[in-house]
Amino acid sequence: MIYQGKQKIWSDYQKDIPDDHWYYARSCIRQSFFPASEKYFLKICRDLLGKDICDNEHHTTCGGIAYHSDTIPQETAMTIVARQFALMTECGYDNLVVSCITSFGNYTETIETWREFPELEARIRENLWKACRREFKIPKYIAHASDLVYKFRNQIAENAQYRLVDKETGEPLKIVEHIGCHYSKMFPHKGVGGAEYPCVLSGMVESWGGQVIDYPERRHCCGFGFRQYLVKANRGYCVSNTHKKFESMEPYHPDAIITNCPGCPYFLDRWQYVIAEQTGKTYGQNGYGIPVFTYEELAGLVLGENPWDLGLQVHQVAVEPFLDKIGIEYKPSEKYLGLNKEDLLRPEMPQVLKCH
Amino acid sequence: MMEFGFRLSPSSTIDLDRADLSLYRKIERLEPDMKTCMACGSCSATCTAGQYSGMSMRKVILGLQRGTDVSGMLSCCMLCGKCTMVCPRGINTRHLILSICRTYEKK
Repeated sequence: MIYQGKQKIWSDYQKDIPDDHWYYARSCIRQSFFPASEKYFLKICRDLLGKDICDNEHHTTCGGIAYHSDTIPQETAMTIVARQFALMTECGYDNLVVSCITSFGNYTETIETWREFPELEARIRENLWKACRREFKIPKYIAHASDLVYKFRNQIAENAQYRLVDKETGEPLKIVEHIGCHYSKMFPHKGVGGAEYPCVLSGMVESWGGQVIDYPERRHCCGFGFRQYLVKANRGYCVSNTHKKFESMEPYHPDAIITNCPGCPYFLDRWQYVIAEQTGKTYGQNGYGIPVFTYEELAGLVLGENPWDLGLQVHQVAVEPFLDKIGIEYKPSEKYLGLNKEDLLRPEMPQVLKCH
Repeated sequence: MMEFGFRLSPSSTIDLDRADLSLYRKIERLEPDMKTCMACGSCSATCTAGQYSGMSMRKVILGLQRGTDVSGMLSCCMLCGKCTMVCPRGINTRHLILSICRTYEKK
C-alpha cells in the first residue's frame, strides 16, 4: 500500500461542507438501536462546536426502508422526501444534515433523479400539494452527519479526554471502519473520499489516535440488504455476508469497529451472537466479541462521556474490554441503570459469546 | 446449536493461501503450456459435451488454479479435440485433459 498515493487520491474527493446552520433529519431506527447517538451528535454540534442545528419533531421516516424493500413505489418515497424538504424550508434552512445513510442515499437519489427528469419533480410537487398543502425548496447542500463530525474531527480531538490508544502499551488501537453502502457507493462524488477510498471514518479514527485496519473485505456490505433480512428465509444470506467480513478481519485482531450507518452497527453487533451460537466462534479476545460503535458513540467516549449515558449497555457485544484498554472509567454497577437511575433489568446472557 | 430458522451459507471466498495447489503444480510440470492460458473461453464455447454436461476446459483450468476438484467435469469429455483446434494460444488441450486424468488416477 502506497499511503502517500491514497492520501493524494483522497484530497481529490474532499467535500466542501458548509460550516453552520443545519436542519437535522433523524433516522427512524437509530433511536431504538443506539438510543444516545443522535442526541449526542446534537450535543457535540450545539455545546462543543456552537453550531446552529434545527431538530424538528414533525418529520417522519424518509421511506427508505420501504423503498429498498420494494414495498412502495419510488414516487411515494419521493413525496415523503419532498415533505421533509418542505419542513426544512418552513424552518428557514438550506443545508440538510442527515443522520441515516439510507436517508442520505434516498435524498441524494431523489435530487439527482429530479435533475435528470424535471417533469417528475413537477409531479411530486403536485402530489405533495394535494396530500398536505406544502411547498418546498431543494436543499442547497446535503451532508451526512458523519461528514460534519469528520469536518470537525480535529476540534473534537483537541477537546478529547481519551485517545484511542492502549493505556498499557501506548500503541494505537486497531479499528475497523465500516461505511454504509448508501453513503458513497450510489453517488461516489457525494461522499468524502468517493466510493473507492471513503475516508470519513478513517479520518476520525486517525485524528483520535487509532490505527485503521485495511483488510480484504473492508468494502463488503454488512449483510443487512433490507429485503434479504426482512424475509426470514433469506436471513442466512444476510448473516453469511457478516460472517465473511468477520473471517476476513479476524487475522488483524481489531479492537473495535466504527460505523456510520443505522443497519451496519446493528447487524455487525447482533450477528456476532448468532454466529457464536451457530459456529461456536467468537472474534474478540477471551471469548468476547468485537465491540461495534457508531461514530457518535466513539466521539462521546473520547470526549469523556459516561459509557452508560451513551447507551453502550444496549449493545449485544460487551464494550468493557475496549473501555479497559483505553482506561475509560465506568461503574459496572451502573451498567443497567437508566438515565433516571431506574433499573433497566438484566438481559439473558448468551451461552457462547461472553457478554459480562 | 440454537435454531434460528436460518443458517450460515458456505463462503464463496477463495483463499489461495489455504488452497491445496499440489495437483496444479504437478500438472503444471507435465504441461507447461497450461500457464499460457488466458481464459478466453474458446475451448468451452466449442465443446461438444459442454452444452449438455457442464464440461468446460476454462473452468477446469480455473478450478485447478484454485485447488478445487474438477474430476467430475473431466469425466464428461469425449476427447473430440475441437478445443485444441480453436485455442488461440495453441495449447494442446486434448493432451492436457489426458494428463490431468492420469494425475487424478495416480492420486
